[in-house]
Amino acid sequence: MKSLLTTIICLFSINIIYSSVIIVCNKCDISDISIAIDKAKNHDTIIIKKGTYYEFDIEINKPIKIIGENSIIDVEFNGGGFNIKSDSVYLSNLKINNIKRSYTKDIAGIVAYKSDHFVIENIEFNNPFFAIFLQKSRNGIIRNNIIKGVNNDVLNSGNGIHLWDSKNIEIENNKIINMRDGIYLEFVSAASINNNISEKNLRYGLHFMFSNENKYSNNIFINNAAGVAVMFSKNIIIHSNRFENNWGSSSYGLLLKEIYDAKIQNNYFYQNTIGIAVEGSNRINYNHNIFKQNGWATKISGGCYENIFTDNDYLNNTFDLSYKGRENDNVFSGNYWSNYVGYDLNHDGIGDVAFMPIKLFSYIVNSVPEAITLHRSLFVELINFSEKVAPIFTPKYIMDKEPKIKPINYVINY
Amino acid sequence: MYKILRYSFYDLIRSKWCYIYFGFYFILSSSLLFLNNSLAKSIITLMNVIVVLTPLIGSIFGAMYYYSSKEFVELLLAQPIKRNTVFLGQYIGLSLSLSVSLLLGLSIPFIVYGMLISPEITNFISVIIIGVLLTFIFTAISYYIALSNDDNIKGIGIAILFWLFMAVIYDGIFLICLLTLKEYPLENFSLFSILINPIDLSRILIILKLDISALLGYTGAVFQGFFGRKMGILIIGSVLMLWTIIPIIMINIKSKRKDF
Repeated sequence: MKSLLTTIICLFSINIIYSSVIIVCNKCDISDISIAIDKAKNHDTIIIKKGTYYEFDIEINKPIKIIGENSIIDVEFNGGGFNIKSDSVYLSNLKINNIKRSYTKDIAGIVAYKSDHFVIENIEFNNPFFAIFLQKSRNGIIRNNIIKGVNNDVLNSGNGIHLWDSKNIEIENNKIINMRDGIYLEFVSAASINNNISEKNLRYGLHFMFSNENKYSNNIFINNAAGVAVMFSKNIIIHSNRFENNWGSSSYGLLLKEIYDAKIQNNYFYQNTIGIAVEGSNRINYNHNIFKQNGWATKISGGCYENIFTDNDYLNNTFDLSYKGRENDNVFSGNYWSNYVGYDLNHDGIGDVAFMPIKLFSYIVNSVPEAITLHRSLFVELINFSEKVAPIFTPKYIMDKEPKIKPINYVINY
Repeated sequence: MYKILRYSFYDLIRSKWCYIYFGFYFILSSSLLFLNNSLAKSIITLMNVIVVLTPLIGSIFGAMYYYSSKEFVELLLAQPIKRNTVFLGQYIGLSLSLSVSLLLGLSIPFIVYGMLISPEITNFISVIIIGVLLTFIFTAISYYIALSNDDNIKGIGIAILFWLFMAVIYDGIFLICLLTLKEYPLENFSLFSILINPIDLSRILIILKLDISALLGYTGAVFQGFFGRKMGILIIGSVLMLWTIIPIIMINIKSKRKDF
């Protein structure tokens, strides 16, 4: 990433030496952004003065720097905003409003196709279809953007930041509200996605598939209809993210499907229907995560091998763990479970009795979801207790042999 | 009716059982606050206890009080007083005194702890309301049971059995039904089964407040619509009211027909 930055800085410093500045404003000689781009030479700077510009499908076909002064580009539902077809493009300080809806094309506020070394920053999108749409692009930065949709159904809405077949992209400090998917990545590698806020999206806050070697950190995903879904990817790192209030029958804090060799660390899962749902994912390390007041903290379906859960805090979840399958190749060790009632005679901070995180009732609820209505009833407490004393139905091989006595991680409050 | 109500209320409020009941809740809530060190957690535990315990105590007291004051009732009935005023007065006096012990026993420690200025006050009020409603419901039912059985051992036995049925056995049967019928859509069935059991209803109210993520998550659209927060609480409240009114009407009918 450092080399990327230096290249960009070098590029722009060359710009400063050789380039000229073109000013666009409503009363200037040039009052049209597309005319300004036509007139500009490579590596020129175009400054768009404050005002509203009614333009659409502005094509950027040369390396150029476009800087606004919070200038508004109102597309008025005629098409998309900018169409980047060149390398080394810099776009900043603009507001792009009202992108056209389409059922056949993916129209966006900013589209980049086969672009390299671009920067998109400080841009506010109001009511976009897609906001930022990258295809086959490399080495770009997308940061400090605000994307606000006014969508109320999945069919008529697009994604906030949509990347397809791209590489080495940095997505930072963006705020995405009320789109279809907040951030969507497909065939993207070596991307880093940090400090973004993605909330109230109609589908997933973050959704990625076939995207290897990516890093996701310090993001906040709140109130998304289906939470975050991560599929068919290898070597990913998900750390220090917050997943909160993702409620619904198919809503997950984090859904992992066919993920291999990942690290999921220091994340905070709060009040989700399911904290983490895992399907067919192998060799994942779950460390230092906090699961607080979720319906199901972790739900593991079949085909998960060699996953390691250590040093996590399970705090007041309705069910700590649900597990499908006859065999267990996963390790649960050294976690803190708020439902643990054992003792620690030698005061080493580790409980002397193993903890079995699967209750009989969670087993029942798995087969009959409606049984959840009996949760906390005296009868259920009784059968849970008797099952605990003499396990018959619940798997004996899933247990934490070294449960911690005190919570391990601190909750970071923002 | 008011005179009889007042008489049985004062009679009961001076009896040692009321003090024991009050003392129990007082100690329970203060120790919960002391051990948990947090209002929110204490209220959660309290809800769990109240849902099971107030019906039990209501059941036992209702039947016991009827039998112990039977002679007094017979004496009253010799006077020119309407029958239903005697029985209703007694029943309301009894439920009121139990509710007062519950209310005082729970709220004094919580108020001292600073409940009045905390956001948990709505949860606490709903605990109290649930407790009072359950007291009224189960006292009425056991009073009715006692009224229908002259033998006091049998009466108290049936009252306790009724409590046991509602608190434990009912859920067991419900669960067995769910497990055997799991191939069928069960949402309406389980909604209905919960609505006809006041203890289950109160418990659902707790879940609505605490574990809503699990409840709303795994049960399809019918549940979501039904137990959406405000609507759910409203429906539960009105069904609990129905549960109080119906046994009172039954007491009325029974007392008119009963031969002393």
